[in-house]
Amino acid sequence: MILYPFIIEVFQILLVLAVAPAFAGWVKALKCWSQGRTSPGLFQPYRDIIKLFSKDVVLAENASWIFRFTPYLVFGVSVLAGGIVPMLSVDLPLAATADVIALVALFAIARFFTALAGMDIGTAFGGMGSSREMTIASLAEPAMLMAIFTVSLASKSTSLSQMVQVIYSGQSVLRPSVAFALLAFILIALAETGRIPVDNPATHLELTMIHEAMILEYSGRHLALIEWAGMMKLFLFVMLGIAVFAPWGIAASGDLTAIPAAVLFMILKLAIVGAGLVLIETGLAKMRLFRLTEFLGSAFLLATLGMLSYFILE
Amino acid sequence: MNTSLAANINSFLAAMVLLTAFGMLVQRRMYGLIHLFAWQGFFLSISTAIVGFVAGAHHLYISSILTLSLKVILLPYILHILIQRLKIHKEVETIVNVPMTMMIGIALVIFSYHLTAPVRELSTLMTRSTLAVALATVLLGLLMMITRRHAVTQIIGFLAMENGLFFAATSATYGMPLVVELGVALDILIAAFIFGIFFFHIHTTFDSLDVDQMARLKEED
Repeated sequence: MILYPFIIEVFQILLVLAVAPAFAGWVKALKCWSQGRTSPGLFQPYRDIIKLFSKDVVLAENASWIFRFTPYLVFGVSVLAGGIVPMLSVDLPLAATADVIALVALFAIARFFTALAGMDIGTAFGGMGSSREMTIASLAEPAMLMAIFTVSLASKSTSLSQMVQVIYSGQSVLRPSVAFALLAFILIALAETGRIPVDNPATHLELTMIHEAMILEYSGRHLALIEWAGMMKLFLFVMLGIAVFAPWGIAASGDLTAIPAAVLFMILKLAIVGAGLVLIETGLAKMRLFRLTEFLGSAFLLATLGMLSYFILE
Repeated sequence: MNTSLAANINSFLAAMVLLTAFGMLVQRRMYGLIHLFAWQGFFLSISTAIVGFVAGAHHLYISSILTLSLKVILLPYILHILIQRLKIHKEVETIVNVPMTMMIGIALVIFSYHLTAPVRELSTLMTRSTLAVALATVLLGLLMMITRRHAVTQIIGFLAMENGLFFAATSATYGMPLVVELGVALDILIAAFIFGIFFFHIHTTFDSLDVDQMARLKEED
Protein backbone atom coordinates (compact mmCIF):
# COMPACT_ATOMS: atom_id res chain seq x y z
CA MET A 1 0.00 0.00 0.00
CA ILE A 2 2.70 2.45 1.06
CA LEU A 3 4.74 1.41 -1.96
CA TYR A 4 2.41 3.02 -4.48
CA PRO A 5 3.92 6.54 -4.30
CA PHE A 6 7.39 5.14 -4.91
CA ILE A 7 6.23 3.16 -7.93
CA ILE A 8 4.61 6.30 -9.31
CA GLU A 9 7.77 8.28 -8.61
CA VAL A 10 9.96 5.84 -10.51
CA PHE A 11 7.42 5.62 -13.31
CA GLN A 12 7.29 9.40 -13.59
CA ILE A 13 11.09 9.76 -13.81
CA LEU A 14 11.19 7.11 -16.52
CA LEU A 15 8.37 8.93 -18.26
CA VAL A 16 10.31 12.20 -18.21
CA LEU A 17 13.36 10.48 -19.68
CA ALA A 18 11.31 8.76 -22.37
CA VAL A 19 8.75 11.38 -23.35
CA ALA A 20 10.87 14.55 -23.31
CA PRO A 21 12.57 13.81 -26.69
CA ALA A 22 9.19 12.91 -28.18
CA PHE A 23 7.79 16.26 -27.06
CA ALA A 24 10.76 18.06 -28.58
CA GLY A 25 10.16 16.05 -31.75
CA TRP A 26 6.47 16.98 -31.72
CA VAL A 27 7.28 20.70 -31.48
CA LYS A 28 9.81 20.37 -34.29
CA ALA A 29 7.38 18.42 -36.48
CA LEU A 30 4.59 20.96 -35.95
CA LYS A 31 6.99 23.75 -36.76
CA CYS A 32 8.01 22.01 -39.97
CA TRP A 33 4.39 21.58 -41.02
CA SER A 34 3.53 25.17 -40.22
CA GLN A 35 6.38 26.29 -42.47
CA GLY A 36 5.51 23.91 -45.28
CA ARG A 37 8.50 21.64 -44.82
CA THR A 38 8.62 17.87 -44.43
CA SER A 39 9.27 16.97 -40.82
CA PRO A 40 11.91 14.46 -39.76
CA GLY A 41 9.30 12.72 -37.63
CA LEU A 42 8.49 12.46 -33.98
CA PHE A 43 11.41 10.15 -33.23
CA GLN A 44 14.25 12.13 -34.73
CA PRO A 45 15.48 13.38 -31.30
CA TYR A 46 15.85 9.75 -30.16
CA ARG A 47 17.91 8.94 -33.23
CA ASP A 48 20.05 12.03 -32.62
CA ILE A 49 20.72 11.04 -29.04
CA ILE A 50 21.57 7.44 -29.96
CA LYS A 51 23.90 8.65 -32.70
CA LEU A 52 25.69 11.04 -30.33
CA PHE A 53 26.11 8.31 -27.70
CA SER A 54 27.89 6.08 -30.20
CA LYS A 55 30.40 8.77 -31.15
CA ASP A 56 33.74 9.48 -29.53
CA VAL A 57 34.25 12.42 -27.22
CA VAL A 58 36.66 15.05 -28.46
CA LEU A 59 38.07 17.03 -25.57
CA ALA A 60 40.06 20.22 -25.78
CA GLU A 61 43.55 19.96 -24.29
CA ASN A 62 42.94 22.60 -21.65
CA ALA A 63 39.55 21.26 -20.55
CA SER A 64 39.35 20.97 -16.77
CA TRP A 65 37.19 18.72 -14.63
CA ILE A 66 34.39 21.30 -14.78
CA PHE A 67 34.00 20.76 -18.49
CA ARG A 68 33.84 16.97 -18.15
CA PHE A 69 31.63 17.05 -15.06
CA THR A 70 29.01 19.53 -16.31
CA PRO A 71 27.06 17.23 -18.68
CA TYR A 72 26.51 14.67 -15.93
CA LEU A 73 25.50 17.34 -13.45
CA VAL A 74 23.08 19.00 -15.85
CA PHE A 75 21.54 15.67 -16.74
CA GLY A 76 21.31 14.59 -13.11
CA VAL A 77 19.68 17.85 -12.07
CA SER A 78 17.11 17.52 -14.84
CA VAL A 79 16.24 13.98 -13.76
CA LEU A 80 15.94 15.10 -10.14
CA ALA A 81 13.70 18.01 -11.16
CA GLY A 82 11.63 15.49 -13.10
CA GLY A 83 10.95 13.74 -9.81
CA ILE A 84 9.71 16.90 -8.12
CA VAL A 85 7.13 18.35 -10.51
CA PRO A 86 3.80 16.55 -10.09
CA MET A 87 2.76 15.19 -13.47
CA LEU A 88 0.64 12.13 -12.89
CA SER A 89 -0.11 12.17 -9.21
CA VAL A 90 0.32 14.66 -6.36
CA ASP A 91 1.44 11.85 -4.08
CA LEU A 92 5.17 12.03 -4.82
CA PRO A 93 7.76 11.23 -2.14
CA LEU A 94 10.32 13.56 -3.76
CA ALA A 95 7.86 16.43 -4.09
CA ALA A 96 7.62 16.55 -0.32
CA THR A 97 11.36 17.07 0.02
CA ALA A 98 11.70 20.03 -2.30
CA ASP A 99 9.39 22.95 -2.90
CA VAL A 100 9.23 25.21 -5.89
CA ILE A 101 12.05 27.47 -4.68
CA ALA A 102 14.35 24.46 -4.52
CA LEU A 103 13.24 23.59 -8.04
CA VAL A 104 14.24 27.03 -9.33
CA ALA A 105 17.55 26.64 -7.48
CA LEU A 106 18.12 23.26 -9.16
CA PHE A 107 17.72 24.83 -12.58
CA ALA A 108 20.04 27.63 -11.45
CA ILE A 109 22.75 25.10 -10.53
CA ALA A 110 22.54 23.51 -13.96
CA ARG A 111 22.73 26.93 -15.60
CA PHE A 112 25.66 28.01 -13.42
CA PHE A 113 27.71 24.97 -14.37
CA THR A 114 26.81 25.26 -18.05
CA ALA A 115 28.05 28.85 -17.98
CA LEU A 116 31.26 27.78 -16.22
CA ALA A 117 31.81 25.02 -18.77
CA GLY A 118 31.26 27.53 -21.55
CA MET A 119 34.10 29.67 -20.19
CA ASP A 120 36.30 26.73 -19.19
CA ILE A 121 37.62 26.00 -22.67
CA GLY A 122 38.50 29.61 -23.28
CA THR A 123 36.97 30.06 -26.72
CA ALA A 124 35.36 33.35 -27.60
CA PHE A 125 31.92 31.90 -28.28
CA GLY A 126 31.75 30.05 -24.97
CA GLY A 127 32.45 33.19 -22.96
CA MET A 128 30.01 35.22 -25.02
CA GLY A 129 27.27 32.64 -24.58
CA SER A 130 27.91 32.41 -20.84
CA SER A 131 27.74 36.15 -20.37
CA ARG A 132 24.46 36.37 -22.31
CA GLU A 133 22.99 33.42 -20.47
CA MET A 134 23.78 34.95 -17.09
CA THR A 135 22.32 38.30 -18.20
CA ILE A 136 19.07 36.60 -19.06
CA ALA A 137 19.14 34.48 -15.93
CA SER A 138 19.57 37.48 -13.66
CA LEU A 139 16.44 39.00 -15.15
CA ALA A 140 14.38 35.84 -15.55
CA GLU A 141 14.87 34.26 -12.14
CA PRO A 142 13.38 37.07 -10.02
CA ALA A 143 10.41 37.20 -12.36
CA MET A 144 10.04 33.42 -12.19
CA LEU A 145 10.06 33.43 -8.39
CA MET A 146 7.62 36.36 -8.35
CA ALA A 147 5.19 34.49 -10.62
CA ILE A 148 5.47 31.36 -8.50
CA PHE A 149 5.02 33.33 -5.27
CA THR A 150 1.81 34.80 -6.65
CA VAL A 151 0.38 31.33 -7.08
CA SER A 152 1.81 30.36 -3.69
CA LEU A 153 -0.08 33.25 -2.13
CA ALA A 154 -3.30 31.98 -3.65
CA SER A 155 -2.64 28.41 -2.51
CA LYS A 156 -0.90 29.27 0.80
CA SER A 157 2.04 26.98 0.16
CA THR A 158 5.25 26.71 -1.85
CA SER A 159 5.10 22.93 -2.07
CA LEU A 160 4.12 21.94 -5.58
CA SER A 161 1.91 19.04 -4.47
CA GLN A 162 0.08 21.31 -2.09
CA MET A 163 -0.36 23.98 -4.78
CA VAL A 164 -1.75 21.46 -7.21
CA GLN A 165 -4.19 20.14 -4.63
CA VAL A 166 -5.46 23.59 -3.69
CA ILE A 167 -5.89 24.72 -7.28
CA TYR A 168 -7.44 21.37 -8.12
CA SER A 169 -10.10 21.73 -5.46
CA GLY A 170 -10.45 25.16 -7.07
CA GLN A 171 -12.59 27.80 -5.38
CA SER A 172 -12.56 29.94 -8.46
CA VAL A 173 -10.99 29.69 -11.88
CA LEU A 174 -11.20 33.37 -12.67
CA ARG A 175 -8.54 34.78 -10.39
CA PRO A 176 -6.83 37.86 -11.82
CA SER A 177 -3.65 37.17 -9.86
CA VAL A 178 -3.31 33.68 -11.31
CA ALA A 179 -4.03 34.96 -14.83
CA PHE A 180 -1.24 37.54 -14.50
CA ALA A 181 1.09 34.91 -13.08
CA LEU A 182 0.30 32.63 -16.02
CA LEU A 183 1.17 35.35 -18.55
CA ALA A 184 4.41 36.07 -16.71
CA PHE A 185 5.21 32.37 -16.52
CA ILE A 186 4.77 31.93 -20.28
CA LEU A 187 7.21 34.77 -20.99
CA ILE A 188 9.73 33.39 -18.52
CA ALA A 189 9.40 29.83 -19.77
CA LEU A 190 10.17 31.04 -23.30
CA ALA A 191 13.30 32.75 -21.99
CA GLU A 192 14.41 29.91 -19.71
CA THR A 193 14.05 27.18 -22.30
CA GLY A 194 15.67 29.29 -25.00
CA ARG A 195 12.73 29.49 -27.41
CA ILE A 196 12.26 32.01 -30.15
CA PRO A 197 11.82 35.57 -28.98
CA VAL A 198 14.84 35.06 -26.75
CA ASP A 199 17.05 32.41 -28.35
CA ASN A 200 16.66 30.29 -31.44
CA PRO A 201 17.23 26.60 -30.71
CA ALA A 202 17.44 25.71 -34.40
CA THR A 203 20.45 27.74 -35.50
CA HIS A 204 24.12 28.10 -34.72
CA LEU A 205 24.36 31.66 -35.96
CA GLU A 206 27.37 33.23 -34.24
CA LEU A 207 25.90 36.57 -33.35
CA THR A 208 22.60 35.47 -31.90
CA MET A 209 23.08 32.11 -30.23
CA ILE A 210 23.05 31.91 -26.45
CA HIS A 211 22.63 28.35 -25.22
CA GLU A 212 24.24 26.83 -28.31
CA ALA A 213 27.29 29.07 -27.86
CA MET A 214 27.99 27.65 -24.41
CA ILE A 215 27.83 24.02 -25.49
CA LEU A 216 29.61 24.51 -28.79
CA GLU A 217 32.68 22.56 -27.70
CA TYR A 218 30.80 19.49 -26.51
CA SER A 219 30.72 16.28 -28.53
CA GLY A 220 29.81 12.63 -28.27
CA ARG A 221 28.07 11.40 -25.14
CA HIS A 222 28.58 14.74 -23.37
CA LEU A 223 26.61 16.52 -26.06
CA ALA A 224 23.98 13.76 -26.00
CA LEU A 225 23.48 14.24 -22.26
CA ILE A 226 23.26 18.02 -22.57
CA GLU A 227 20.82 17.87 -25.47
CA TRP A 228 18.70 15.33 -23.64
CA ALA A 229 18.76 17.52 -20.52
CA GLY A 230 17.71 20.49 -22.65
CA MET A 231 14.70 18.56 -23.95
CA MET A 232 13.85 17.54 -20.41
CA LYS A 233 14.05 21.15 -19.30
CA LEU A 234 11.54 22.22 -21.94
CA PHE A 235 9.31 19.30 -20.97
CA LEU A 236 9.61 20.12 -17.27
CA PHE A 237 8.74 23.78 -17.76
CA VAL A 238 5.64 22.74 -19.67
CA MET A 239 4.76 20.26 -16.95
CA LEU A 240 5.38 22.86 -14.25
CA GLY A 241 3.07 25.29 -16.06
CA ILE A 242 0.41 22.61 -16.39
CA ALA A 243 0.76 21.58 -12.74
CA VAL A 244 0.48 25.11 -11.42
CA PHE A 245 -2.06 26.63 -13.81
CA ALA A 246 -4.10 23.77 -15.28
CA PRO A 247 -3.76 20.71 -13.03
CA TRP A 248 -6.96 19.00 -14.15
CA GLY A 249 -6.37 15.32 -14.76
CA ILE A 250 -3.50 14.86 -12.31
CA ALA A 251 -4.45 12.03 -9.97
CA ALA A 252 -5.21 13.33 -6.49
CA SER A 253 -4.14 10.23 -4.58
CA GLY A 254 -1.44 7.61 -4.67
CA ASP A 255 -3.76 5.22 -6.42
CA LEU A 256 -2.39 3.28 -9.37
CA THR A 257 -5.79 2.96 -11.06
CA ALA A 258 -5.97 6.70 -11.66
CA ILE A 259 -2.63 6.77 -13.46
CA PRO A 260 -3.68 5.69 -17.01
CA ALA A 261 -6.23 8.52 -17.20
CA ALA A 262 -3.58 10.93 -15.90
CA VAL A 263 -1.17 9.79 -18.62
CA LEU A 264 -3.85 10.34 -21.28
CA PHE A 265 -4.59 13.82 -19.95
CA MET A 266 -0.89 14.61 -19.87
CA ILE A 267 -0.38 13.61 -23.51
CA LEU A 268 -3.40 15.64 -24.55
CA LYS A 269 -2.20 18.73 -22.72
CA LEU A 270 1.33 18.29 -24.08
CA ALA A 271 -0.03 18.21 -27.62
CA ILE A 272 -2.00 21.40 -27.02
CA VAL A 273 0.88 23.23 -25.34
CA GLY A 274 3.21 22.15 -28.15
CA ALA A 275 0.82 23.64 -30.71
CA GLY A 276 0.65 26.87 -28.69
CA LEU A 277 4.44 27.02 -28.49
CA VAL A 278 4.72 26.61 -32.26
CA LEU A 279 2.14 29.37 -32.77
CA ILE A 280 4.22 31.71 -30.60
CA GLU A 281 7.46 30.72 -32.31
CA THR A 282 6.21 31.12 -35.87
CA GLY A 283 4.36 34.32 -35.04
CA LEU A 284 7.29 36.14 -33.48
CA ALA A 285 10.73 37.09 -34.68
CA LYS A 286 13.78 36.73 -32.52
CA MET A 287 14.33 39.79 -30.38
CA ARG A 288 17.42 41.92 -30.34
CA LEU A 289 19.54 41.08 -27.30
CA PHE A 290 19.20 44.56 -25.83
CA ARG A 291 15.41 44.42 -26.09
CA LEU A 292 15.40 41.40 -23.80
CA THR A 293 15.52 43.59 -20.71
CA GLU A 294 12.14 44.94 -21.77
CA PHE A 295 10.79 41.46 -22.50
CA LEU A 296 11.85 40.08 -19.14
CA GLY A 297 11.02 43.36 -17.44
CA SER A 298 7.44 43.00 -18.62
CA ALA A 299 7.44 39.44 -17.29
CA PHE A 300 8.49 40.83 -13.92
CA LEU A 301 5.86 43.56 -14.21
CA LEU A 302 3.12 41.02 -14.93
CA ALA A 303 4.20 38.85 -12.01
CA THR A 304 4.26 41.86 -9.69
CA LEU A 305 0.85 42.99 -10.93
CA GLY A 306 -0.40 39.50 -10.20
CA MET A 307 0.87 39.72 -6.66
CA LEU A 308 -0.60 43.21 -6.21
CA SER A 309 -3.95 42.23 -7.63
CA TYR A 310 -4.04 39.36 -5.15
CA PHE A 311 -4.03 41.97 -2.39
CA ILE A 312 -6.14 44.58 -4.17
CA LEU A 313 -8.79 42.54 -5.89
CA GLU A 314 -9.15 39.28 -4.00
CA MET B 1 -26.11 35.78 -11.29
CA ASN B 2 -24.98 35.76 -7.68
CA THR B 3 -23.05 38.69 -6.28
CA SER B 4 -19.80 36.92 -5.52
CA LEU B 5 -19.46 35.64 -9.08
CA ALA B 6 -20.22 39.11 -10.41
CA ALA B 7 -17.64 40.61 -8.07
CA ASN B 8 -15.20 38.01 -9.30
CA ILE B 9 -15.79 38.81 -12.97
CA ASN B 10 -15.66 42.50 -12.18
CA SER B 11 -12.29 42.25 -10.48
CA PHE B 12 -11.00 40.21 -13.39
CA LEU B 13 -12.11 42.97 -15.77
CA ALA B 14 -10.46 45.51 -13.47
CA ALA B 15 -7.25 43.53 -13.77
CA MET B 16 -7.59 43.64 -17.56
CA VAL B 17 -8.10 47.42 -17.44
CA LEU B 18 -4.91 47.71 -15.39
CA LEU B 19 -3.07 45.45 -17.81
CA THR B 20 -4.11 47.54 -20.83
CA ALA B 21 -3.05 50.69 -18.95
CA PHE B 22 0.42 49.22 -18.50
CA GLY B 23 0.42 48.00 -22.08
CA MET B 24 -0.25 51.55 -23.31
CA LEU B 25 2.57 52.82 -21.14
CA VAL B 26 5.13 50.73 -23.02
CA GLN B 27 3.58 50.42 -26.49
CA ARG B 28 5.69 52.03 -29.19
CA ARG B 29 3.47 51.83 -32.24
CA MET B 30 0.59 54.21 -32.85
CA TYR B 31 -1.91 51.62 -34.04
CA GLY B 32 -1.03 49.26 -31.22
CA LEU B 33 -1.69 52.08 -28.80
CA ILE B 34 -5.11 52.81 -30.25
CA HIS B 35 -6.05 49.13 -30.17
CA LEU B 36 -5.04 48.91 -26.52
CA PHE B 37 -7.10 52.00 -25.77
CA ALA B 38 -10.11 50.45 -27.51
CA TRP B 39 -9.67 47.24 -25.49
CA GLN B 40 -9.54 49.23 -22.27
CA GLY B 41 -12.82 50.91 -23.18
CA PHE B 42 -14.29 47.51 -24.01
CA PHE B 43 -13.40 45.99 -20.63
CA LEU B 44 -14.67 49.13 -18.95
CA SER B 45 -18.03 48.98 -20.70
CA ILE B 46 -18.55 45.29 -19.87
CA SER B 47 -17.62 45.94 -16.24
CA THR B 48 -20.09 48.85 -16.10
CA ALA B 49 -22.85 46.71 -17.56
CA ILE B 50 -22.21 43.94 -15.02
CA VAL B 51 -22.21 46.37 -12.13
CA GLY B 52 -25.43 47.90 -13.47
CA PHE B 53 -27.04 44.47 -13.69
CA VAL B 54 -26.06 43.33 -10.21
CA ALA B 55 -26.74 46.63 -8.46
CA GLY B 56 -29.99 47.17 -10.33
CA ALA B 57 -28.80 50.60 -11.39
CA HIS B 58 -30.25 50.68 -14.87
CA HIS B 59 -28.81 54.02 -15.87
CA LEU B 60 -25.44 52.25 -15.89
CA TYR B 61 -26.58 50.36 -19.01
CA ILE B 62 -26.76 53.68 -20.82
CA SER B 63 -23.29 54.60 -19.53
CA SER B 64 -22.03 51.24 -20.70
CA ILE B 65 -23.47 51.70 -24.20
CA LEU B 66 -22.09 55.25 -24.30
CA THR B 67 -18.64 53.95 -23.36
CA LEU B 68 -18.87 51.21 -25.95
CA SER B 69 -19.90 53.48 -28.80
CA LEU B 70 -17.66 56.39 -27.84
CA LYS B 71 -14.47 54.88 -26.49
CA VAL B 72 -14.38 51.59 -28.34
CA ILE B 73 -15.67 52.64 -31.74
CA LEU B 74 -15.85 56.38 -32.33
CA LEU B 75 -12.70 57.77 -30.66
CA PRO B 76 -10.37 55.05 -31.94
CA TYR B 77 -11.89 55.58 -35.38
CA ILE B 78 -11.27 59.34 -35.24
CA LEU B 79 -7.69 58.78 -34.05
CA HIS B 80 -7.21 56.22 -36.80
CA ILE B 81 -8.35 58.69 -39.45
CA LEU B 82 -6.16 61.42 -37.95
CA ILE B 83 -3.10 59.20 -38.01
CA GLN B 84 -3.74 58.29 -41.63
CA ARG B 85 -4.35 61.88 -42.71
CA LEU B 86 -1.25 63.12 -40.95
CA LYS B 87 0.76 60.18 -42.36
CA ILE B 88 2.27 59.24 -39.03
CA HIS B 89 1.05 55.64 -39.07
CA LYS B 90 4.51 54.19 -39.55
CA GLU B 91 6.04 56.26 -36.83
CA VAL B 92 7.60 54.37 -33.94
CA GLU B 93 8.04 56.48 -30.90
CA THR B 94 11.16 56.28 -28.81
CA ILE B 95 10.35 55.87 -25.17
CA VAL B 96 12.79 56.76 -22.45
CA ASN B 97 13.83 53.79 -20.34
CA VAL B 98 10.95 51.33 -20.38
CA PRO B 99 11.95 49.29 -17.28
CA MET B 100 12.16 52.50 -15.24
CA THR B 101 8.70 53.59 -16.42
CA MET B 102 7.35 50.18 -15.46
CA MET B 103 8.83 50.43 -11.98
CA ILE B 104 7.28 53.87 -11.50
CA GLY B 105 3.99 52.38 -12.72
CA ILE B 106 4.17 49.60 -10.13
CA ALA B 107 4.96 52.17 -7.44
CA LEU B 108 1.87 54.13 -8.53
CA VAL B 109 -0.29 51.03 -8.21
CA ILE B 110 0.99 50.39 -4.68
CA PHE B 111 0.47 54.07 -3.84
CA SER B 112 -3.13 54.07 -5.02
CA TYR B 113 -3.81 50.83 -3.16
CA HIS B 114 -2.49 52.44 -0.01
CA LEU B 115 -4.50 55.60 -0.64
CA THR B 116 -7.80 53.84 -1.19
CA ALA B 117 -7.42 51.35 1.65
CA PRO B 118 -9.49 53.47 4.13
CA VAL B 119 -12.29 53.86 1.56
CA ARG B 120 -12.24 50.13 1.06
CA GLU B 121 -12.78 49.61 4.79
CA LEU B 122 -15.76 51.98 4.86
CA SER B 123 -17.50 50.98 1.67
CA THR B 124 -20.01 48.16 1.48
CA LEU B 125 -20.34 48.06 -2.29
CA MET B 126 -19.40 44.95 -4.23
CA THR B 127 -17.05 47.03 -6.39
CA ARG B 128 -15.06 48.59 -3.53
CA SER B 129 -11.89 46.64 -4.30
CA THR B 130 -11.64 47.99 -7.85
CA LEU B 131 -11.32 51.58 -6.64
CA ALA B 132 -7.56 51.16 -6.25
CA VAL B 133 -7.32 49.95 -9.85
CA ALA B 134 -9.36 52.94 -11.03
CA LEU B 135 -7.08 55.40 -9.25
CA ALA B 136 -4.03 53.57 -10.58
CA THR B 137 -5.43 53.86 -14.13
CA VAL B 138 -5.79 57.63 -13.68
CA LEU B 139 -2.22 57.93 -12.40
CA LEU B 140 -0.86 55.67 -15.15
CA GLY B 141 -2.58 57.84 -17.77
CA LEU B 142 -0.94 60.85 -16.18
CA LEU B 143 2.43 59.10 -16.19
CA MET B 144 1.93 58.34 -19.87
CA MET B 145 1.23 62.02 -20.62
CA ILE B 146 4.41 62.97 -18.77
CA THR B 147 6.77 60.40 -20.29
CA ARG B 148 5.67 60.62 -23.91
CA ARG B 149 6.61 63.29 -26.39
CA HIS B 150 4.15 62.69 -29.20
CA ALA B 151 0.96 64.76 -29.21
CA VAL B 152 -1.29 61.86 -30.23
CA THR B 153 0.16 59.66 -27.48
CA GLN B 154 -0.43 62.36 -24.91
CA ILE B 155 -4.06 62.62 -25.99
CA ILE B 156 -4.47 58.88 -25.61
CA GLY B 157 -2.97 59.21 -22.14
CA PHE B 158 -5.54 61.87 -21.38
CA LEU B 159 -8.39 59.67 -22.61
CA ALA B 160 -7.03 56.78 -20.54
CA MET B 161 -7.16 59.06 -17.51
CA GLU B 162 -10.80 59.75 -18.29
CA ASN B 163 -11.37 55.99 -18.47
CA GLY B 164 -9.89 55.71 -15.01
CA LEU B 165 -12.15 58.44 -13.63
CA PHE B 166 -15.20 56.79 -15.13
CA PHE B 167 -14.15 53.48 -13.60
CA ALA B 168 -13.60 55.17 -10.24
CA ALA B 169 -17.11 56.61 -10.34
CA THR B 170 -18.56 53.19 -11.09
CA SER B 171 -16.62 51.41 -8.38
CA ALA B 172 -17.01 54.03 -5.66
CA THR B 173 -20.67 54.94 -6.01
CA TYR B 174 -22.17 52.77 -8.77
CA GLY B 175 -21.76 55.57 -11.26
CA MET B 176 -22.45 59.26 -11.48
CA PRO B 177 -25.94 60.58 -12.26
CA LEU B 178 -26.85 60.11 -15.89
CA VAL B 179 -26.89 63.84 -16.66
CA VAL B 180 -23.29 64.20 -15.53
CA GLU B 181 -22.18 61.21 -17.55
CA LEU B 182 -23.90 62.46 -20.67
CA GLY B 183 -22.16 65.80 -20.16
CA VAL B 184 -18.76 64.17 -19.75
CA ALA B 185 -19.31 62.02 -22.82
CA LEU B 186 -20.21 65.09 -24.87
CA ASP B 187 -17.13 66.88 -23.52
CA ILE B 188 -14.90 64.01 -24.54
CA LEU B 189 -16.39 63.97 -28.02
CA ILE B 190 -15.95 67.71 -28.50
CA ALA B 191 -12.42 67.47 -27.06
CA ALA B 192 -11.57 64.81 -29.61
CA PHE B 193 -12.65 67.11 -32.46
CA ILE B 194 -10.69 70.02 -31.05
CA PHE B 195 -7.63 67.82 -30.62
CA GLY B 196 -7.97 66.81 -34.23
CA ILE B 197 -7.95 70.42 -35.39
CA PHE B 198 -4.98 71.19 -33.14
CA PHE B 199 -3.06 68.22 -34.48
CA PHE B 200 -3.46 69.55 -38.01
CA HIS B 201 -2.24 72.98 -36.94
CA ILE B 202 0.75 71.63 -35.02
CA HIS B 203 1.59 69.37 -37.92
CA THR B 204 1.47 72.14 -40.53
CA THR B 205 3.47 74.53 -38.34
CA PHE B 206 6.20 72.24 -37.06
CA ASP B 207 6.01 69.41 -39.59
CA SER B 208 5.96 66.97 -36.68
CA LEU B 209 3.79 66.09 -33.73
CA ASP B 210 6.65 66.00 -31.29
CA VAL B 211 5.64 68.49 -28.60
CA ASP B 212 9.26 69.13 -27.62
CA GLN B 213 9.49 71.38 -30.66
CA MET B 214 6.92 73.69 -29.13
CA ALA B 215 9.31 74.56 -26.33
CA ARG B 216 11.33 76.64 -28.79
CA LEU B 217 10.03 80.15 -29.12
CA LYS B 218 12.03 81.32 -32.12
CA GLU B 219 13.35 79.65 -35.21
CA GLU B 220 16.92 78.50 -35.15
CA ASP B 221 19.37 80.18 -37.46
